[in-house]
Amino acid sequence: MARIDDEMLVCRCEEVTVGEIREAIAQGAFDVVGVKRRTRAGMGLCQGRTCEKMVQQLISMELGVAPNETGVSSTRPPVRPVSYGALAEGVF
Amino acid sequence: MLSKDLLVVGAGPAGLATAIQAAKNGVKDITVVDLNMKPGGQLFKQIHKFFGSHEHRAGIRGMDTGAAMLEEAQSLGVDIWLNSACVGFYDDKVACIEQGQPDGTKKIVFMKPKTIAICTGGQENVVRFTGWTTPGVMGAGAAQTMVNVNKVQPGKKIVMLGTGNVGLIVSYQLMQSGCDVVCLVEALPGINGYGVHASKISRAGVPIYTKHTIKEVKGNGPNGRVSEVTIVEIDPKFNHIPGTEKTFEADTVTLAAGLKPVSDLVKLQDIDLVFNGPFGGWVPVHNEKMQSTCKGIYVAGDTTGVEEANTALEEGNVAGVSIAEELGCITAAEADAKRKEIWERLDGLRMGPFGERRAAAKKEVMEQFPGVRA
Repeated sequence: MARIDDEMLVCRCEEVTVGEIREAIAQGAFDVVGVKRRTRAGMGLCQGRTCEKMVQQLISMELGVAPNETGVSSTRPPVRPVSYGALAEGVF
Repeated sequence: MLSKDLLVVGAGPAGLATAIQAAKNGVKDITVVDLNMKPGGQLFKQIHKFFGSHEHRAGIRGMDTGAAMLEEAQSLGVDIWLNSACVGFYDDKVACIEQGQPDGTKKIVFMKPKTIAICTGGQENVVRFTGWTTPGVMGAGAAQTMVNVNKVQPGKKIVMLGTGNVGLIVSYQLMQSGCDVVCLVEALPGINGYGVHASKISRAGVPIYTKHTIKEVKGNGPNGRVSEVTIVEIDPKFNHIPGTEKTFEADTVTLAAGLKPVSDLVKLQDIDLVFNGPFGGWVPVHNEKMQSTCKGIYVAGDTTGVEEANTALEEGNVAGVSIAEELGCITAAEADAKRKEIWERLDGLRMGPFGERRAAAKKEVMEQFPGVRA
């Protein structure tokens, strides 16, 4: 597999690059959640819908592990962007 | 707080089939929510006729199946909320829904349904290459929606990455709409979809480069849009072979590199997940009733593993029957008989070179089912 440039964007919502993800892995991140906590990759508007698989691939490549060993990204509501106004007016 | 018998999340083939089948079997108060402006999921952009046998709707266009399902759901009294996203689940399976209003605003409502079906479908994979975030790079499915549903050309000169059936069919539909498809690029040594689709493209003189990938996309077009695409030959280990680059003028790159299941809502419930390569990633473990490991929550369609519209629809039928059984509308024996019939059709859909791999993947997922937790 061709070496991927450090400058390449992975998480476009939070503007996290390949180099930043490599750094997080070097610091000890070994799963998708570990990378997310260190870099914010997957914490933006799309909540990792676009980049999660790329983060997974990078961890697999850097650590030589299978994709299923890179864990599942954490999720919490709201899973889609919601305006504060709509949330505040919500009736339980 | 609204109370309902059944909340279905997603109005694609799986979700609509779940709602229709549940309603036909006596479930009364059903709401389907979908975040799109139109129901039908991906069906309405499938203007082509489906393959297969008669009982699998072969020869019928996806868009016509969508229209028929929508009409049936409405005639059965199923409530369909559009522009409405289920944004979360809270304790005790309470669903939080951002409900679209007629004036275009949104309102947050909470609902406590007796049963829930999660039919949130799949999402396209991206492929990384230098310049993948350049405006004009998009999913092949997005391009298909633009051209077939919204009647807008995504661009004039298009490079397609991927020659699975999505890549091939969308390339042809882009050509039909008057776009210039410059070439198709495939990393594998051979075309990855049906030969009948590939030959239509080849006959029109569009080159298909196998053992190639995109090396770089330059964005020197208006507003930074794609201006040229460089492809490169790759060796069996996917390394670029220097000196084999070819550069094309193009304003759009469409990525047909498979899909992954959308599992965000599944993860908010007490549902076991399992990683499955052929199905595109993490999927909820389920049984032959399409029950998840969480009582009262069912899953169907691409959420449970990426396949295609007909299997999604039949899985929805299974879920609908099982929900009617759980709610006491039909007996266990009646439900078993109905499910058996649907599973025969599902097994029929999972045959052939592409189907057998999916049949094996489905079996693997269902074998992991540990039982339903309250």
